[in-house]
Amino acid sequence: DTSLTEVNAFSPSVPISPSSMTNQYKFEDGPELRDLFITVDDPESHITAIETFITYRVVTKTTRSEFDSSEYEVRRRYQDFLWLKSKLEEAHPTLIIPPLPEKFIMKGMVERFSDEFIETRRKALHKFLNRIADHPTLTFNEDFKIFLTAQAWELSSHKKQGPGLLSRMGQTVRAVASSVRGAVKNRPEMFTEMNNYMEMFSQKINLLDKIAHRIYKEEREYFNEMKEYGPIHTLWSASEEELAESLKGIAGCIDRCCRATERRMAGLSEHLLPILHEYVLYTEILLGVLKRRDQIQGELDSKVDALANKKTEKDLFSEEIGKLEDKVERANNALKADWDRWKQNMQWDMRSTFTNVAENNLRYYEE
Amino acid sequence: MEDCLAKKMEITVSEAEKRTGRNAMNIQETYTAYLIETRAVESQSEGQCGPVESLWRRYSEFELLRNYLSVTYPHIVVPPLPEKRADFVWHKLSADNMDPDFVERRRIGLENFLLRVASHPVLCQDKIFYAFLMQEGGWKELVNETGFQLKADSRLKALNATFRVKNPDKRFTELKHYSDELQSVISHLLRVRARVADRLYGVYKVHGNYGRVFSEWSAIEKEMGDGLQSAGHHMDVYAASIDDILEEEEHYADQLKEYLFYAEALRAVCRKHELMQYDLEMAAQDLTSKKQQCEELATGTVRTFSLKGMTSKLFGQETPEQREAKIKVLEEQIQEGEEQLKSKNLEGRDFVKSAWADIERFKEQKNHDLKEALISYAVMQISMCKKGIQVWTNAKECFSKM
Repeated sequence: DTSLTEVNAFSPSVPISPSSMTNQYKFEDGPELRDLFITVDDPESHITAIETFITYRVVTKTTRSEFDSSEYEVRRRYQDFLWLKSKLEEAHPTLIIPPLPEKFIMKGMVERFSDEFIETRRKALHKFLNRIADHPTLTFNEDFKIFLTAQAWELSSHKKQGPGLLSRMGQTVRAVASSVRGAVKNRPEMFTEMNNYMEMFSQKINLLDKIAHRIYKEEREYFNEMKEYGPIHTLWSASEEELAESLKGIAGCIDRCCRATERRMAGLSEHLLPILHEYVLYTEILLGVLKRRDQIQGELDSKVDALANKKTEKDLFSEEIGKLEDKVERANNALKADWDRWKQNMQWDMRSTFTNVAENNLRYYEE
Repeated sequence: MEDCLAKKMEITVSEAEKRTGRNAMNIQETYTAYLIETRAVESQSEGQCGPVESLWRRYSEFELLRNYLSVTYPHIVVPPLPEKRADFVWHKLSADNMDPDFVERRRIGLENFLLRVASHPVLCQDKIFYAFLMQEGGWKELVNETGFQLKADSRLKALNATFRVKNPDKRFTELKHYSDELQSVISHLLRVRARVADRLYGVYKVHGNYGRVFSEWSAIEKEMGDGLQSAGHHMDVYAASIDDILEEEEHYADQLKEYLFYAEALRAVCRKHELMQYDLEMAAQDLTSKKQQCEELATGTVRTFSLKGMTSKLFGQETPEQREAKIKVLEEQIQEGEEQLKSKNLEGRDFVKSAWADIERFKEQKNHDLKEALISYAVMQISMCKKGIQVWTNAKECFSKM
């Protein structure tokens, strides 16, 4: 399994928890160029008078000069991650910010503080930070650095600075307004294509997510029945003389098949399901990014229209328009570059995940 | 088995046909008729075979044949018929008697039944069985003429009735216990196997959805398209493969079912023995009490209480003539009883001897057959895994090209 050894070979001296190793992600630059290593682990429950919440330990190891120290250990809760995400979106509206695991939804199956839920969330948070670390632009974001290094009280005070709730709300209102206006008229062909692609992709990835969950469920039911199947043969062997050995043999084989099935299921839930889920979330993010790009262009377009109507004050407008044109161009370029990068990553992720699924199944049948 | 019919004759149940007709109550019904083909085989030369003879029979006639054999040969473990109604089905299998898959499996089961009877050293020589294979018309009348229904002991039908046998034969008791265990464990196994098959079917079939979605997805991808498309094809192959796999497994289930029903036949032999023993003990008891009565009358002492004795004491003694007459009658009865007891004892010993011989034969056959069935089941599982390996190796290659 070469892909696995690649990850292992370049694993730093940092003891990364075994479970994080299973989250294979691509090293953007050559592995030798990597200088920021982050792990998320050790969930802990905190109970106050008002609420109960979980914090996670975030360990950062780095050789970057802009960091004062080479090693940091902080505790963060889900709210903090939400904050980081919104800051990144603010600073880079047309970059693809990785998805966060969802807030707790009453899906009925998983309890809010169940081990399963916490572990799934932990892995997703780990992925989230590492995806940011891998991103050529986001990795140098100042809020990101503060998130990784600040003590709890430092982070609190930092959060209170910067554009307040109202300005954020204003942005949202404008975003909604622009989306209501519908497709931007001067949208370059490229971004229309991206939109169409994203709509289709979203459909397909959602279907795959459902299918994968369904397979997991069927495998679990199969496992439950198989658990009962083996012991019957053992029971039977007790009444037989000549057949006893053969029957006990079959019972033993069935039990081994059961264990193999368990491993197959674990493979699904550790690799395929989280990745598919991540990309389901990605589709929302990408559609959002495309909207924001449209919105930025919309600002330009409306100013251009306004200029066409007001022949006076041309100079003032042209300066503004110049700035907006720059903004649009930067946004477009950023998006295009990030899009290409995202697509490459997606391809890599899908290839490696599905290959992993195939290998899992091969291992299962071989056992 | 030198004399058995199976060596001298090829027997097949080669076809099944739907028929409609009027039954005994003149109501129209649909049923399936099975074609039995027989051909005499020359033991020496290969190519020399007699002409193929054939006739049609329906399931109820098979049942009649088996009932006849069970009653006529109570000491033999008579081969069972395939099930009357589809049992232990998992969702894809139909429970409908007219379903073509069910009919096909029943056809095979009926052929198996005939072969089993034909290779049994005792049963194969039965004339009614021979007529079943060769004589289409008038067979039913022939069977009824044997009067076997009169010989059938209705007490055997009461499955749960217990007869308190004072000196049960330990071997038969153990055997009956074994047959109960065998029935219980096999039916449990078949039930769970059906559920496992159902679940396995689900796992495989859902993978088929991958095929469809991969194919649609590949349409919007440039570099990943080919890999996705061909991987999708393999997912379809995977999903489709389960049908053949499970069909083969049904055959294994049928083999187990045969022994499930064989267990019933085994139990029936034990039951018959039990009844025989009970009758024997009853007869002996009866004889003893008659002897006692006789003695009492002869000596004039009343040792046991009897209503007649009391009434005669109360209402006057009998005349010596009356007493003599009674004693005479009793003595005759006693003699009859002693002869009957002797013959019953003999019957019983013969039964035990021949039953036990057949039981040993059955045990060997059972061990051999079940071992083979288990081996073939293991082989099936291995083959299923090999197919899985092949499909996923192909799929892996496609994925790696994405």
